[in-house]
Amino acid sequence: MGHSITVTVNGEKKTAEVEPRLLLVHFLREKLRLTGTHIGCDTTHCGACTVLVEGTPVKSCTMLAVQADGQQVTTVEALAAGGTLHPIQAAFKQEHGLQCGFCTPGMMLTSIALLQEKPDPTEDDIRWALSGNICRCTGYMNIVKAVKSAAVQMKTAAATPEAATAAARS
Amino acid sequence: MAVETPLKGNIGDSIRRKEDDRFIRGRGNYLDDIVLPGMLHMAIHRSPFAHARIKSINTEAASAVPGVIAVVTGALLAQHKLAWMPTLSGDTQAVLVTDKVRFQGQEVACVIATDPYVARDAAALIEVDYEVLPAVVSPQNALKPGAPLIRDEKEGQTNNHIYHWEAGDKAKTDEAFSKADRVVKLDTFYPRCHPSPLETCGIVADINSATGHATLYMTSQAPHAHRTLFAIVAGLPEQNIRIISPDIGGGFGNKVPIYPGYVVATAASLLIGKPVKWVEDRSENLISTGFARDFHMSGEMALSNEGRMLGLRVKLLSDNGAFYADAQPTKFKAGLFHIVTGSYDVAAAHVEADGAYTNKAPGGVAYRCSFRVTEASYLIERLVENAAIEMKMDPADIRLKNFIQPDQFPYKSATGFEYDSGNYPKAMQVALDKLGYQELRKEQAEKRKKGELMGIGVASFTEVVGAGPGKQYDIAGLRMFDSAELRVHPTGKAILKLGVKSQGQGHETTFAQIVTEELGIPAADVEVQEGDTDNTPYGLGTYASRSTPVGGAATAMVSRKLREKAKKIAAHLLEASEADIEFDHGKFFVRGSPSKSKTIQDVAFAAYTNLPDGMEAGLEGVTYYDPPNMTYPFGTYLVVVDIDRGTGQVKVRRMVAVDDCGVRINPMVVEGQIHGGLTEGFGIAFMQLITFDEEGNCLGSNFTDYLLPTAWETPRFEMGETVTPSPHHPIGAKGVGESATVGSPAAFVNAVIDAVGHLGITNIDMPVTSDKVWEALNKVGAAE
Repeated sequence: MGHSITVTVNGEKKTAEVEPRLLLVHFLREKLRLTGTHIGCDTTHCGACTVLVEGTPVKSCTMLAVQADGQQVTTVEALAAGGTLHPIQAAFKQEHGLQCGFCTPGMMLTSIALLQEKPDPTEDDIRWALSGNICRCTGYMNIVKAVKSAAVQMKTAAATPEAATAAARS
Repeated sequence: MAVETPLKGNIGDSIRRKEDDRFIRGRGNYLDDIVLPGMLHMAIHRSPFAHARIKSINTEAASAVPGVIAVVTGALLAQHKLAWMPTLSGDTQAVLVTDKVRFQGQEVACVIATDPYVARDAAALIEVDYEVLPAVVSPQNALKPGAPLIRDEKEGQTNNHIYHWEAGDKAKTDEAFSKADRVVKLDTFYPRCHPSPLETCGIVADINSATGHATLYMTSQAPHAHRTLFAIVAGLPEQNIRIISPDIGGGFGNKVPIYPGYVVATAASLLIGKPVKWVEDRSENLISTGFARDFHMSGEMALSNEGRMLGLRVKLLSDNGAFYADAQPTKFKAGLFHIVTGSYDVAAAHVEADGAYTNKAPGGVAYRCSFRVTEASYLIERLVENAAIEMKMDPADIRLKNFIQPDQFPYKSATGFEYDSGNYPKAMQVALDKLGYQELRKEQAEKRKKGELMGIGVASFTEVVGAGPGKQYDIAGLRMFDSAELRVHPTGKAILKLGVKSQGQGHETTFAQIVTEELGIPAADVEVQEGDTDNTPYGLGTYASRSTPVGGAATAMVSRKLREKAKKIAAHLLEASEADIEFDHGKFFVRGSPSKSKTIQDVAFAAYTNLPDGMEAGLEGVTYYDPPNMTYPFGTYLVVVDIDRGTGQVKVRRMVAVDDCGVRINPMVVEGQIHGGLTEGFGIAFMQLITFDEEGNCLGSNFTDYLLPTAWETPRFEMGETVTPSPHHPIGAKGVGESATVGSPAAFVNAVIDAVGHLGITNIDMPVTSDKVWEALNKVGAAE
């Protein structure tokens, strides 16, 4: 009853035999041991399990692993590739956009998708984009600040060629 | 891009948090991230009924599922005397049901399997034959004669009454009321809600059958206290129990109690000889673990014609669910509710509380609150609002008229608290100025003429946090002190080990800063460790805003203890008399010649290499701190709302929050705590509700029904501060993690009542949803 799937996770091809009912979040956490993706509610409300599938934020608790077959998945573990923090990571720390850290990976991935679509978002754009990601600690004030600050950093970075390469990696 | 922190980390420095480096990389280590070799998985079969006798349980089909190792029932636990466990309030709670279920979602049986999916499949195959009994879902009905007896297994329990408790002086209060010009009354219900940290509760229990050592990884806000309770409940030798509380994804009181799942997983690991993991899902979290509030409150305030408060009388009825499992100090049956006189100089007060069993989940945890302070703060601030409306006074003026004045501290309250310090008029003035209060009152008057509804809510809260003193305050007999152990290594780097446990509050940064301030070691060089009972000194844990008041004080005191020894070593190094040595921010020098000095790093090295004759080597120490009093953070919150008469929708236009939590260790972290607390207060005021139908079905069992604020609804907050240090705390800090959740619900609701009070609407119970507002408006003919 196993299905063979191949998913490109953080740039690496991963092939595995999985049960058809296996959730993508469990595939990432249990099979690949990428535990930066968290589970908070099981019902697609909290967004702690958000990953990027082909660049789009997806709640991995509501997607089957088999549905990700042949696709590109990005998790939080890929953001600081090469040891350099992604601007969104640096901004979350700098602006105190996290406390317990449980929602943070999902928040950052959703923010990255927003900034790719809208490099210069308004506060309402940010709050609307993040409304599917719940944080119980921060009250969102500093998360919004972090996304704004990352937007500025990423725009500046995009203006220089070597930084553009780094930004493209995300 | 690197994040640099140029500051050393003294008190008052908003250095960036040390713990963030792992969290932003997805490298935290939360409970569910833990995987041990051979680990098994547990799933719980729960009751669909709120009240039902179990006639039989058939586990055959479940046991036959490939991969199932064991099915655990109450009968099996009873053989090991583990079917029942004590609660934090001196009651008992079923671990797994042996007789009848007493709330929907109660734990009936557990499956242990090699795979979590298999465990869940098998749990669903357990067949239970129930005889359904009538459910009791309100404390009022529970106390009626003839109500079904919920705790029929308790010897001597003939009804559903749990406790009666009083505080204050009844005779004096009655006298104050007899002399009053006016009495303002308010009956209000603070509904059941749930802390809902984003990470649910869980355990990995690993008992080594060869050595008998139990390593329990648990989402625990109080690992040391839990170790002791495990030793008592399970009969395990305490030295063989090691509780490790890893990174916690939010607690807010939810992770203070011991839950049946922890006990069963531990028993299963003991019986099977393999590690067992149990992590609850969100519905399990909402329907079975520590709820909060569920308090019915009747308040009466006696006033003079001039608006002076003369007395306060409160009757409470708490709905405790099926087991009395409030997490609170033993001697205080309604927690610290008797702080209900709040920020006001009220000469007489009396509180009477009763508790009742119902067929609902047990709990009564202090959800981001110091033991029922939230309910107390809500009641007094709502009463003052209504008094202002009835007496046609401005809600800010009536407060200013009645505040405890700065020169009255230390202030002895009518119910026996000794407030340490405060300046309430100042905090209020800062808030009023920041909001532009008078201008907004003018706008409100203009709008009212046009029939538009706008309200300005005021709440001036005072909390009581940071329990002990141990003599008065204990949890299950354990005195509420806390501890810090500091080890300074030869190279001048240090490890600080604490009895408290962060769940996101930033202890790894802020407690290092206390060491920086006291010893001069940069915060970056101080590693803070918590949560491992084998490697940290005993403490009561983190809840009730006690980490900074108690654990923070212990940190300051142990640093000072080491500083004394360091001074002796410095005298030796500087060839001077100890009496002539002075210390300033990490440097020891001979009085009058600061150029000739030794750094704390020099001294630390000497502590291992070059000691005065006869001195013990090392620079290490431990302190157990029992606070002489609690601390009393306070503040004023102001909220502006606009209400749509056509839909009842309340829009929060502005919110100003002025907090005084004494000295702020890391202002950035303090503000973050307040932002989060305000958001939870907003959620409680307008959204979060756990309620039940007549059969006891929980109607808030997932995030579709139990609404939490997202970035979209949450208001933008405007922050302000005053600083009134605590006179008895070594660094003057008071604790801040809960102030905003305690103080803000009343500010939000008062804003709504301020908008509609002139129409004769004087109360709408939380959560203040659009439909309730519209119905209230419709009733008085003011809806559109």
